[in-house]
Amino acid sequence: MKAIVTVMLKPGVLDPQGKAIAHALGTLGFAGVNDVRAGKVIELELTETDPVRARAQAEDMARKLLANTVIESFRVQVDG
Amino acid sequence: MKAGIILFPGINRERDMAIALENSGGVKPRMIWHKETDLGDLDLVVIPGGFSFGDYLRCGAMAAQSPIMAAVRAHAARGAYVLGVCNGFQILTEAGLLPGALLRNASLRFLSMDCHLRVERANTVFTTRYQQGQTFRAVMAHGDGNYFADDATLDRLEGEGRVAFRYATATGEISPEVNLNGSARSIAGIYSDNLRVLGMMPHPEDLVDPLMGGIDGKPLFDAIAAA
Repeated sequence: MKAIVTVMLKPGVLDPQGKAIAHALGTLGFAGVNDVRAGKVIELELTETDPVRARAQAEDMARKLLANTVIESFRVQVDG
Repeated sequence: MKAGIILFPGINRERDMAIALENSGGVKPRMIWHKETDLGDLDLVVIPGGFSFGDYLRCGAMAAQSPIMAAVRAHAARGAYVLGVCNGFQILTEAGLLPGALLRNASLRFLSMDCHLRVERANTVFTTRYQQGQTFRAVMAHGDGNYFADDATLDRLEGEGRVAFRYATATGEISPEVNLNGSARSIAGIYSDNLRVLGMMPHPEDLVDPLMGGIDGKPLFDAIAAA
């Protein structure tokens, strides 16, 4: 079973990469980009076949390693 | 003073740190591979700078999970001394031994240059050879040195006197122009609640001999050697 963990900087934490991307988009002529936040997507292939348990495992992994909850939030999506 | 230096793959400042420790303490520090699990009766454990595990995931995130870190936690818990410099500071925050986190520099630039640090208190084991409020020169070499913690944590650190050093001008003034990585409240280094664990971004070990261009960092190592 695949679990997808998306890790983003928390609101209020400065994201200089997002700012640089927004600036580059403006340089390329893309108007109307009000804000950009950059994060990470981590795909986990789990042996677990129960979606509830797979989600619990992925959330535990996110709290302990994949995200630093001082600065980052995460969400888990489980694909059957 | 029995000191040891922890080595993770990708750490590259351990020899400079060993020179600084031996120069002040007269004893060669023990080199400790990260897969070891026993620190023995060391008085001081140092986590030096570098790029442990290639900075994968987040700076210090992988190293914080290494086998030796359980021993470092136990070492800190019994009140022994820990110094983390640069990547070492990042590892200590990732391991939860110090609060907050080090974000990408606000400028997005890797900063490799001298800076001045203001000594916020001169009565910890690391700073007795400095005067409170004095500045000393140190070397920045980092891409992720932007200290972050939430306001409540920052207020607590300030209230408990746990800010070790701030980025300042040579004469000790704090300003955004000399806080080049964008650190919250210009914080360059912090202490644990018992003041025995110190994490700092700039490198005091880079200036411990006139041949290096200065001895501004030597008082820190002299102080800890005499503790």
